[in-house]
Amino acid sequence: MNKSIVSLKEVSFQYDEQERYALNHVSFDIYEGEWLAIVGHNGSGKSTMAKLLNGLQFPQQGEITVCGMQLNEESIWDIRKKIGMVFQNPDNQFVGTTVQDDVAFGLENNGIPRDEMVQRVEDSLRKVKMDKFLYQEPHHLSGGQKQRVAIAGVLALRPSIIILDEATSMLDPRGREEVLETVRLLKAEKALTVISITHDLEEAAKADRIIVMNKGEVFREGTPEEIFSMDEQLIQLGLDIPFSVKMSKAFRQKGIDVSKHYLSEEELVTELWTSRFSI
Amino acid sequence: MDISLQHIDYRYQANTPFERLAIEDVSIDIPSGTYMAIIGHTGSGKSTVLQHLNALLQPSKGTVKIGDREIKAQQKNKNLKQVRQKVGIVFQFPEHQLFEETVEKDIIFGPLNFGVSEPVAKERARKALKQVGLAEEILEKSPFDLSGGQMRRVAIAGVLAMEPDVIVLDEPTAGLDPRGRKEIMDMFYALHKDRNLSTILVTHSMEDAARYADQIVIMQQGKVVNQGTPEEIFSSPVELVKMGLDVPEVVRFQLKLEEKTGMKLGKIYLSIEELSSAVTEALSRGVRS
Repeated sequence: MNKSIVSLKEVSFQYDEQERYALNHVSFDIYEGEWLAIVGHNGSGKSTMAKLLNGLQFPQQGEITVCGMQLNEESIWDIRKKIGMVFQNPDNQFVGTTVQDDVAFGLENNGIPRDEMVQRVEDSLRKVKMDKFLYQEPHHLSGGQKQRVAIAGVLALRPSIIILDEATSMLDPRGREEVLETVRLLKAEKALTVISITHDLEEAAKADRIIVMNKGEVFREGTPEEIFSMDEQLIQLGLDIPFSVKMSKAFRQKGIDVSKHYLSEEELVTELWTSRFSI
Repeated sequence: MDISLQHIDYRYQANTPFERLAIEDVSIDIPSGTYMAIIGHTGSGKSTVLQHLNALLQPSKGTVKIGDREIKAQQKNKNLKQVRQKVGIVFQFPEHQLFEETVEKDIIFGPLNFGVSEPVAKERARKALKQVGLAEEILEKSPFDLSGGQMRRVAIAGVLAMEPDVIVLDEPTAGLDPRGRKEIMDMFYALHKDRNLSTILVTHSMEDAARYADQIVIMQQGKVVNQGTPEEIFSSPVELVKMGLDVPEVVRFQLKLEEKTGMKLGKIYLSIEELSSAVTEALSRGVRS
């Protein structure tokens, strides 16, 4: 576990014609096999970070290392083989005319032999449970299904790291759950490092670790429990706290002494039940 | 302004091999001043219903009444300008529709088209910009230099500047951060109250439906399957879950708590405040199963 797979050192980035730095001296590590959630308000620098991690933009200052390679114009093609990205809009990243063509696109670009390509397309579609849809056209798919195909396209290239850049924010609740469940399974199955850039605090609550961004800087880093104990401070940062934490707080204010701010409803219900009902 | 959909069907690509019945026998009454939420899965027909509310679509069957206007199937409908001015639609990701060189030009585009004079339209643009929480300084900027959240607000200002009586919102907060989401929803609610508008919100968010709406309509496979106040709708949560829809988090929590403890609170609570009070009271009375 605790081996650093991505490392940012004093990274700063500024878009043309903008006075403010989108990222300002940002340093942190991402560890092999973890699920890291990066949260922050709109404009906090989250998406800029995703773009820097696979070289869609280059930092003006600082240094990024991915899988031991320093990210620069020469290493970028090797690094992109290590990092796969899934973007926000399902319709903007479907390039093939059918599901299998879409997954094969990246493989073709990488010159994978045909036999192996066929195998990888099927394998990765099976992993996201879309193998029944090989010949479907994109307009027959739901948003959640399209995002799963996008994930399959990434998996087919066998990366070490997958970045979800608000990949569930345009989906309905069912689609969102489908995608997250898929990622959870993949992560459990093999040592894939997941970086999830999100507004969805319920999703972040399930990550191993959370980084909170504010105005281009790392504001805080910690486990979900540590982060959500920041409480009102998160709301001031334009974020929110998960429902079960709000519920725990409300009980405390009413004089029901719950022992902590729970991150899952089940745990809170269980405590209420054991402390109040089973005596 | 009252809106009423009476037994409407809509067929996409009628009389072609691709014909598809998108909505069937849909009847919805929206009396003036109502805040109505329409809930359903992707593909349930919500967006098709929405487009009938200002006559962007003409029903294949049935009648749509918008104020004094009647839009009927199989009939030529002319002069819809007034209807479209009275009913403003904020489509999903409205920022994709921005097109002008400056924010001001973009906002006044609608009012000018409806015959408002330029000085008046500019005045309205200023007002609308304030309502959506943006500073006047950005009037001269290109909308494409703004952040995503600001672009969304400019697009909404463009609809507000037409001063509609009815506002139709299609997932207005998708993709925004929690604060942005709350600000936009609270702003629409304040407008709804202050100007006595009718508001129709198409959403996946049960929390928003529970918090803001007076009436909720549930759609499934092109039909209206349930309609009522939030209390009525969420009092039968099992049905919603069967349809694959969510219930608000607070309702879900109450159900889990009742199931595990055997405690019965007697009614469904729609806010954390109400639920925690009810549970506290029940515990202090020592109510047990």
